[in-house]
Amino acid sequence: METTTLCCDPTNSSDCKELHVLAVDDSNIDRKVIQKLLQISSFKVTVVESGTRALQYLGLDEDKNSTRFDDLKVNLIMTDYSMPGMTGFELLKKIKNSSTLREIPVVIMSSENSVTRIDRCLEEGAEDYLLKPVKLSDVRRLKDAILKSGAPEIDPIQTKKRTYRLDQSSKLPTSIDCHDLTSSPPDSPQQSVAKRARL
Amino acid sequence: MLKSMEFIFLEVGIYCHLLMERNQMHRQIASIRKSFFDQGYLDEQFIQLEELQDNSNPNFVEEVVTLFYRDSARFLYNLDQALEKRPLDFNKLDSLMHQFKGSSSSIGAKKVKTECTNFRAHCNAQNAEGCKRTYQHVKREYTTLKKKLEAYFQMSRQVGPIEMACRPR
Repeated sequence: METTTLCCDPTNSSDCKELHVLAVDDSNIDRKVIQKLLQISSFKVTVVESGTRALQYLGLDEDKNSTRFDDLKVNLIMTDYSMPGMTGFELLKKIKNSSTLREIPVVIMSSENSVTRIDRCLEEGAEDYLLKPVKLSDVRRLKDAILKSGAPEIDPIQTKKRTYRLDQSSKLPTSIDCHDLTSSPPDSPQQSVAKRARL
Repeated sequence: MLKSMEFIFLEVGIYCHLLMERNQMHRQIASIRKSFFDQGYLDEQFIQLEELQDNSNPNFVEEVVTLFYRDSARFLYNLDQALEKRPLDFNKLDSLMHQFKGSSSSIGAKKVKTECTNFRAHCNAQNAEGCKRTYQHVKREYTTLKKKLEAYFQMSRQVGPIEMACRPR
C-alpha cells in the first residue's frame, strides 16, 4: 500500500496537481456547462459525448498496458444517465467490472429523481447521484469529498444515499495521493515508483 | 485660459451625461432581467450560469443560450417530423422531448420546461391531440423566450461591463 505524504493542500492549489475529471454527456449544452463548472472548481476536465468514447479514452476497449492509463490519471468520472447507445448505468457497470478502472469514483447525473434508479446506481457502485441541472455546490461537495477520503467505501445496504459518506475512520491522510485515486495494488511496485517520481 | 476652462466644463458635462445614460441603461437591463424571473420565464439555473461567467469568459451565458437555440432547432425539426407520422410513435416523441426538456432545463428556461413536461404527460397517456396542442405551447414559449433573451443580450453588449467608458483627461 502506497504511503505518500499528503501533497494536496486545499488552500494552496499550486502545491497540488489538479484532479482530472472525465465528464460524459450526449448533450452539447450540458457538456459545456459541466466543463465550466468543473474548471471553475479547479479540476482538469476532459469531456466526451458517449460511453463508448469514455471507454476509449480510459483505454478499456483496447489492449493497452497500464502505462497509458497512468498518463491519463482520471480521478473521477461524471456521467449522464440517459444517453443513446451506452447508458451511464452501462458505463458504470463496465468501469466497476474492470480491474484497472474499478477504483475510479463514478458519479451519475440525471434529470430523473427516481428512488429505484438512484438505488440501482448506488448498488452498482456509483459514488453519488446528482440531479440535473448540476450546480456549483454539487461540484464543490464532490471535490471536498474526494480530497478528504480518496475512494470512499460503499455500503450496499444503505438506500437513498444522496450525499457522500466520508469513511474517515479507515482512511489516513498520508495514504492519499492527490493526483491519483486508483490505489496501487501491492504487486506493482513499478507503478507506485512512477507515481512517486511524478510528485 | 478661459477657453480651456470652458472646454473642461463641457467635457465634464458630456461625461456626466453619458454616465447617467449608461447608468440608466444598466438599470433598464437589470429591470428586464428581473422581469424574466418574476414572470417565470427563467429559473435559478440561469443564475447558476451567470455565476459561471467571469472575466476570462465574459459571454458564457450568451454562448450557452446560443448553443441551446442552435441545438433546439434540430430537436424541434425532429419533433415536427415525428408529429407528422401516422400513427404517432409516442415513445419516440417522448424520447425527443426528454432531450429537449433537458436542454431547456440546463439554461433555466422555466416555461419551456413546463410545457415539455405537459407534452410528455400527453405522450404517456397516448393522447395525440394533447401532444399536438402542447407542442404548439412549447414552440410558443420557446420563441418568446428566444426573442426576449436576444434583445437582452444585445442590450447588455451595447452597454458593456459596468465601468467608465470615457474618462476625463
